[in-house]
Amino acid sequence: MLGNAAIARGAYEAGVKVSAAYPGTPSTEISENLTNYKEVYCEWSPNEKVACEVAIGASMAGARSMASMKHVGLNVASDPLYTVSYIGVSGGLVLVVADDPGLYSSQNEQDTRMIARAAMVPVIEPSDSQEAKDFIKIAFDLSEEYDTPIIMRTTTRLGHSQGLVTLEDRVEHENKPYERNAAKNVMMPGMAKQRHIYVEKRLKKMAEDASSMSINRIEEGDKKIGFITSGIAYQYVKEVCPEASVLKLGLVHPLPTELIKKFAASVEKLYIFEELEPVIEEQVKAMGIECIGKDVFTVQGEYSANMLRKVIYGTEPEVKPYDVPARPPILCPGCPHRSVYTALKYLKIHAAGDIGCYTLGAVAPLNVVDTAVCMGSSISTLHGMEKAGGREFIKDWVAVIGDSTFLHTGVNSLMNMVYNKATGTVLILDNSTTGMTGHQDHAATGKTLMGEPTYAIDIYNLCKSMGIDNVVEVDSFNQEELRKVIKEEVARDAVSVVICKAPCALLKGQKFPYKCVPVPEKCKKCGACLRPGCPALTRKEDGTVSIDMTMCNGCGLCMQMCAFNAIEKVTV
Amino acid sequence: METKNIMIVGVGGQGTLLTSRILGGIMLSAGYDVKLSEVHGMAQRGGSVVTYVRYGDKVAEPIVEEGCADVLIAFERLEAMRYVQFLKKDGVLIVNDQRIDPMPVVTGAAQYPENIIENLSKQYKVYSIDAQSEALKMGNARVFNIIVLGMAAKHMNFSKDEWLKVIEETVPPKTIYINKAAFIKGFEF
Repeated sequence: MLGNAAIARGAYEAGVKVSAAYPGTPSTEISENLTNYKEVYCEWSPNEKVACEVAIGASMAGARSMASMKHVGLNVASDPLYTVSYIGVSGGLVLVVADDPGLYSSQNEQDTRMIARAAMVPVIEPSDSQEAKDFIKIAFDLSEEYDTPIIMRTTTRLGHSQGLVTLEDRVEHENKPYERNAAKNVMMPGMAKQRHIYVEKRLKKMAEDASSMSINRIEEGDKKIGFITSGIAYQYVKEVCPEASVLKLGLVHPLPTELIKKFAASVEKLYIFEELEPVIEEQVKAMGIECIGKDVFTVQGEYSANMLRKVIYGTEPEVKPYDVPARPPILCPGCPHRSVYTALKYLKIHAAGDIGCYTLGAVAPLNVVDTAVCMGSSISTLHGMEKAGGREFIKDWVAVIGDSTFLHTGVNSLMNMVYNKATGTVLILDNSTTGMTGHQDHAATGKTLMGEPTYAIDIYNLCKSMGIDNVVEVDSFNQEELRKVIKEEVARDAVSVVICKAPCALLKGQKFPYKCVPVPEKCKKCGACLRPGCPALTRKEDGTVSIDMTMCNGCGLCMQMCAFNAIEKVTV
Repeated sequence: METKNIMIVGVGGQGTLLTSRILGGIMLSAGYDVKLSEVHGMAQRGGSVVTYVRYGDKVAEPIVEEGCADVLIAFERLEAMRYVQFLKKDGVLIVNDQRIDPMPVVTGAAQYPENIIENLSKQYKVYSIDAQSEALKMGNARVFNIIVLGMAAKHMNFSKDEWLKVIEETVPPKTIYINKAAFIKGFEF
């Protein structure tokens, strides 16, 4: 079972009634798997803050509830997180937060444990699929026992690895009866002051109890070397030093002080083996215990057994890798984003970018996207540029943002442009899905996570309703139209929105009735068709072009690039 | 039993996830402890992707380390070269003889290496197949990955019938026939 599937299973068995999430690698499959359990209501919310608040409301109403997100999603949800820490729970409340050491699909490498410490929220961390299922159940029990939200921290390697899992039955939990309790649930200064005192006590009590929790365990072995470790890093320790003594932590915040002291005293040399930040190490050192951590293990990237082996035994793999050309991710054949970026490149326009497949417009051969910070940032950064450099500065700029990202946090930024008299142009790349995470529905697709038809928010009218007069819809694959409309809108002295519409090429049910076929005798070998960087096209030795028919989706972009009609569209 | 290590490498979108599901399935049905690790998200968009499969009596870490793979299945030549150092000295490399240019090659910033299979054959036990052409002959270009899997299956200790059973249980119902045929094509190549 995939780690993320095991988390969903565990939540089901724990009696969860409500789950909310926004898709984000490596957490997306948790919600997708929850749809297999009809007893659980689950939804895609427009962003992680909303998801977190939905889960908080469900907990207040007495049900076991959860929200899941990637690490940067917790930043969006951190506002409710910091305060629900004070409020605590009625029904158990768990946030599953997936870190991404090694940045497989993220914009930074932040460590969720740091945020959890700041928010004074306990963190539980499993090390394989079985524990993922077991620990989330324990997390719900702890949440109710200590009146606290709990974060379950996972990593890419845990969520996207599969292992054997023993299934158990679901245990139903009646919703706790609702009682009005403003002192607990309304966080105004007077009430919050009291709750802060409670939060400090709660954490202290939990730290004391943690030494006897079964999820924190000492595995006695050779006393020469001891490891304090948790999560997937534990598996690397077992692989490389199966004989060593290990303190395996399941609860990584707050730490079991007594247990750590006892373990440290029992071994000659103590290593702290944890991915990302030295969260455990710094606290262990603060206990006055000598240990080795980030001075020999990196804070960057993903750990591995070989990396540990090198530090402990000084051995390295004999065979060195070949020096080969890199293969970075690219836009797919038939991707509508490629067409929009080709038009921007033609018009020599810079793009303030955002988070999604379309961030790939930053690299060769398109090189159109100049900036990318976080979800929703494209529109607001463009606005900031205009305020700094004036209308002149952004005369050859647009913001580009996907449909799902626009609804996530782009809407507020667009409101801000209208309110604060901006004149910039926003391109909404509407491919009718949340693309990069693997095609999840959102508020404008007309379908819920549980597969039910629902009202699809109309992005065109949403923009219009903000008072933007110039909202234009364009077919993403029509180069001529794209160039014309974007040129006009960028020149306009008012906020404008261009909705570039065409579904993602990988979206289920997509039909591709055409293929693009080269006509070599007409080819002038100019290479214009190659410029958009479609992976289906390659230049042959004689300078003409071949198109891989298994890859081509017949979008016709290369055909529109050719001035000599040397590429034809044929029906298949 | 000592833990066995299999890797599948290729270009995002080539179907490594389906192949690894079949691999995981057969090891489970044989009663082994199995761990499997794969790549989702951005790298799936035409990037270099790798899936690790480990099975044995008790498996700890889910990833295969350099110098430890018993079988390396590569769906593309350059990817075979990128990951070949993961093979054990006596490991087996199964490679689909296909070239997909990465963007640095397309833009002219890098050269696609010449004679990859010939060079790797000097150091390793290499079996190659042009599975793309074979799959096209069968009328469905997408099943090339199952042909390659069939070829790799000869170097693992499971019977043909066990494989076919797992394929039947794993692939979408409409594609059972063509996938089974593709497997047999590779297995008997």
